[in-house]
Amino acid sequence: MAILEVEALSKSYRQAGGESTPAIQEISFQVDQGEFVSLVGPSGCGKTTLLMCMAGLLAPSGGRVVVKGEQVAGPPRNLVLVFQEYNRSLFAWRTVLGNVLFGLEAKGNSSRDTEKKAKHLLGLVGLEGFERHYPWELSGGMQQRVAIARALAYEPEVLLMDEPFGSVDAMTRLELEDSLLKLWKELCTTILFVTHDIEEAIYLSDRIQVLGRRPSRVIGDVVVPLSRPRDQLATRADGRFMELRNEIYRQISGDGVS
Amino acid sequence: MSLSRRINAPGLATFAVLLFLWEVSARLNPVMGAYLPPASRIVQSLFQLAFSRELFTHLIVTLGRFLAGYLLAAMIAVALGIVLGYFRRAYNLCEIVIELLRPMPSVAIIPVAILMLGIGNATIVAVTVYACAWPILINTIDGVRNIDRMLLDTGRTFGLGRWRILRAIALPAALPYIVTGLRVSLSIALILVTTGEMVVGSSGLGFFILDEERSLRTGNMYAGIALVSFLGYALNRLFVWLDATAMKWHRGMTAREAL
Repeated sequence: MAILEVEALSKSYRQAGGESTPAIQEISFQVDQGEFVSLVGPSGCGKTTLLMCMAGLLAPSGGRVVVKGEQVAGPPRNLVLVFQEYNRSLFAWRTVLGNVLFGLEAKGNSSRDTEKKAKHLLGLVGLEGFERHYPWELSGGMQQRVAIARALAYEPEVLLMDEPFGSVDAMTRLELEDSLLKLWKELCTTILFVTHDIEEAIYLSDRIQVLGRRPSRVIGDVVVPLSRPRDQLATRADGRFMELRNEIYRQISGDGVS
Repeated sequence: MSLSRRINAPGLATFAVLLFLWEVSARLNPVMGAYLPPASRIVQSLFQLAFSRELFTHLIVTLGRFLAGYLLAAMIAVALGIVLGYFRRAYNLCEIVIELLRPMPSVAIIPVAILMLGIGNATIVAVTVYACAWPILINTIDGVRNIDRMLLDTGRTFGLGRWRILRAIALPAALPYIVTGLRVSLSIALILVTTGEMVVGSSGLGFFILDEERSLRTGNMYAGIALVSFLGYALNRLFVWLDATAMKWHRGMTAREAL
């Protein structure tokens, strides 16, 4: 069953001259409960705009987003957005533990075992022993782990992620991908993951929505037939992985030329 | 940190030389000594007054007025500043009033306060609140305006309403600015309390200083001035200590960013 439906979503920005330029145009797709779906597209194609509309942080110019049968008018209760820039979204005045506790507090969870729960989540993202540190004392990859743990503490049914691994180094990125898959399996959440990295999208997802150039629309819906659990070496060496990568690459680069 | 770095030896030497010159010239020149008694006499006066408990009572009164005015100003200005910084429309409503009142020297409001509140505690505290509120208000508004949009969006995606965002995110995120305002207001509060006591008080250090001057007890007058200076120094030190404790996260972060 679809937990997330995007129907003919459009968003235009008003320019200085008064005319409006469309960022995204008539985007439609669905995400099923428990599914891991990625959105790939060229840089600057309006992916962030799309996510902001889906998270209820930006009002769309047309179309609608439906989460669990309810149309999104403001930020929905059962959905959280993880930003790319963890260093701007983490609370510098709270410790690592305090940041994760924020997710629980926001949910209205104020029982006595919140601290135990937060510590458990920090263990899941591999940050045991860093509870008392401040975010700025950690490396970029670790900070994004804190942001993910904070989002998971809110127990969202849908997790939107906006290029979350876009500003960490390549090795850390691979580690974070595997951590995310482990968490996704363990917590049975639905994830919509935005990236401009085609291989990352294939490695993580069940299904990929391919977006075209600005104003972007969906130009392809690709099912990833690769088995799980995935492995950074074996999965990426699979012949079908290569084929998919080439196909999606052709779709994106061919768009707009024709 | 080593002890030799914490004790500023040349600075202490300068202070000692000045004290010595003061002591000697006041003793050698009786005319000058009438206006400026030797430092040792002032210390002597301080001790005598301390034992008579008179000065101590004035000190407590001044401290009480200071705390009442400063804390009240902090509460009002921080709350108002957060709302004005966050809600553009609220700021537009108040902008012209703020811009008109802010440049006015705060002591100019003393006659108004006397007319409305009479001569006494209420006037002194009210004037202190008024004067202290400005730096805190302006800094808080600035602080909230400078909050990264993404922090507020983070609050929204976690389902927080506007008021919870103000309390849980805007307030702590603007705190470095608020602290700057609080620090500026600390000395302003002491200036206004002392001035108020000189103008309308019948107690407190400001009153004491002026009263001793009129009674030609110059030694006591200087003892009062020394005490009020020391009070300012002590309050500032206390503030720095509280700041270092509460804002450890900010210091650490800015030190890290400077690398």
